[in-house]
Amino acid sequence: MTEIQTYTMNFGPQHPAAHGVLRLILELDGEVIHKADPHIGLLHRATEKLAESKPYSQSIGYMDRLDYVSMMCNEHGYVLAIEKLLGITVPIRAQYIRVMFDEITRILNHLMWLGAHGLDIGAMTIFLYCFREREDLMDCYEAVSGTRMHATYYRPGGVYRDLPDSMPKYQQSKFRSKKEIDRMNANRNGSLLDFIEAFTDKFPACVDEYETLLTDNRIWKQRTVNIGVVTPDRAMQLGFSGPMLRGSGVEWDLRKKQPYEVYDQMDFDIPVGTNGDCYDRYLVRVEEMRQSNRIVRQCINWLRNHPGPVMLDDYKVVAPKRIEMKDDMESLIHHFKLFTEGYCVPEGESYAAIEHPKGEFGVYIISDGANKPFRVKIRAAGFAHLAAMSEMVEGHMLADVVAVIGTQDIVFGEVDR
Amino acid sequence: MSDPYETLAARLDERFGEQLTFIPSICGELTIEVDRENLIAVATALRNEAVFGFEMLMDVCGVDYLSYGSSEWTGSSATETGFSRGVEREAVILDEADEFDPRRFAVVYHLLSLQHNIRLRMRVFTGPDNPPIIKSVVDIWNSANWFEREAFDLFGILFEGHPDLRRILTDYGFIGHPFRKDFPLIGNVEVIYDADKGRVVYQPVSIEPRTLVPKVIRDDNRYTADLKRSGDD
Repeated sequence: MTEIQTYTMNFGPQHPAAHGVLRLILELDGEVIHKADPHIGLLHRATEKLAESKPYSQSIGYMDRLDYVSMMCNEHGYVLAIEKLLGITVPIRAQYIRVMFDEITRILNHLMWLGAHGLDIGAMTIFLYCFREREDLMDCYEAVSGTRMHATYYRPGGVYRDLPDSMPKYQQSKFRSKKEIDRMNANRNGSLLDFIEAFTDKFPACVDEYETLLTDNRIWKQRTVNIGVVTPDRAMQLGFSGPMLRGSGVEWDLRKKQPYEVYDQMDFDIPVGTNGDCYDRYLVRVEEMRQSNRIVRQCINWLRNHPGPVMLDDYKVVAPKRIEMKDDMESLIHHFKLFTEGYCVPEGESYAAIEHPKGEFGVYIISDGANKPFRVKIRAAGFAHLAAMSEMVEGHMLADVVAVIGTQDIVFGEVDR
Repeated sequence: MSDPYETLAARLDERFGEQLTFIPSICGELTIEVDRENLIAVATALRNEAVFGFEMLMDVCGVDYLSYGSSEWTGSSATETGFSRGVEREAVILDEADEFDPRRFAVVYHLLSLQHNIRLRMRVFTGPDNPPIIKSVVDIWNSANWFEREAFDLFGILFEGHPDLRRILTDYGFIGHPFRKDFPLIGNVEVIYDADKGRVVYQPVSIEPRTLVPKVIRDDNRYTADLKRSGDD
């Protein structure tokens, strides 16, 4: 007369495979999961409430810290929502720069995801490969904004500054020989665009390299095929977006369907999965990296031939150039007002959604006509995905939880906000 | 941009008539306001009827309209004192009253239709109840589950019929609803390590609230008043 009981196990919040501070309460029957209850909020910083207490522009930096592996995309959602309310259109060159950096960010995010996902389910090498390429993209961030991660590069009205004409170079030191330094600086002798172009030349081969490690790998397939299957209907019902939705076979990409900036000028394809399992989502994201690479190349071509302003010429929103302040009274007044008080945004509400690497990243702003937002709501893709965790892992083994966390591409900065 | 939205607005008007109010938008978005009694009927129709086909609920968001449209400082004329950094924010208004202003708390739903490629925003005010209460839409859109838990946690809005209405973002044992406008930005408690007790303890916050930049509302003739919200808070 033995009674079989389920038992409860705690997973995280300090577990390396939990991708941050996820705490899962798992109800197990042997090694089979009955129910998973994610406890989140351990990284809750009340970004939305903080944004209510600051002028609009001062919150851009907080957006970087939401999903801290796709920084500029978060900024993009936020500045788009403000621009929508203000009714301004940014210069065309700034739009191309934004699209280019959105796609660089997408590659950055997917590399991070691929490396961590691989590491979680036992593939060590892929992690090292991915971080090698991430390093170059981080350098692009640094060249354009001065920081490797939290860029604060997008501003309402455009981008902070134009692309630099030179790349920072490695310096010789007693640890590195001249020959080695020359090799490392080989792509850094031209402008930032030359550097990015050199990256896009070599990147498809890098993706091939990742694929030789994983795509036909027997162990990889055993860990991902038919794990965490989501049907298209359920995916829509659960509010999935981005690669999670496309992995289930729904062809939906905001860059194509509701194009913002200059995505309608770009030539790229949307990969779609068929089975809705972890393996399909892997294939979708890998293909997305190739497509992003294509978009970046198109942007480079355009940007080379079309110089122009990257910031709107409207001093009611955008700070005047420092040099103009020196001998123009109006500019000085505008500068003073913008940095002490900020700009007032007309009363109303807007919702701007972008195709973030993780899915739909939406920013909903309610303005009551003040210099601070009345309410900011950030719709993070990962939040909706994590809500479906229990459904996705039900009936799977304990080890598959890690595969599902990986495939959801969870980052706690945006889930907890 | 506006054309499919005009079509949708006409269809909504035809189907629901008096049940909803249209809110004018300054950026080409469609917002409807629904009474909370009609929420479930309207939501079900929006999801199931093919002309609308809103199969996805992207976001549920609580809003507290307590201090809407009030500024901390008016700078239209010269003042004697100016605005000092240590200025007290508006006095904290406690929820002593039995009833709320019926237009204080709202829940905003962002709907997306993949088949028609269109978005719709639906706002529902929670009425005078204390605590504010509204029907849950979890059975219509399953994605509402966590979003409603979040609105409950941050605003204290109850969702009738929600299967598992627990706090989600705040700490275990948290008191209050932090995103309400009368909840101070610095919070009420802080945690410190107590060396005597040998554990982490809660204590009242020790920092002073301060406002770095006052909230001001300027009359700006570029933003004309003809598109102002029709309903006032």
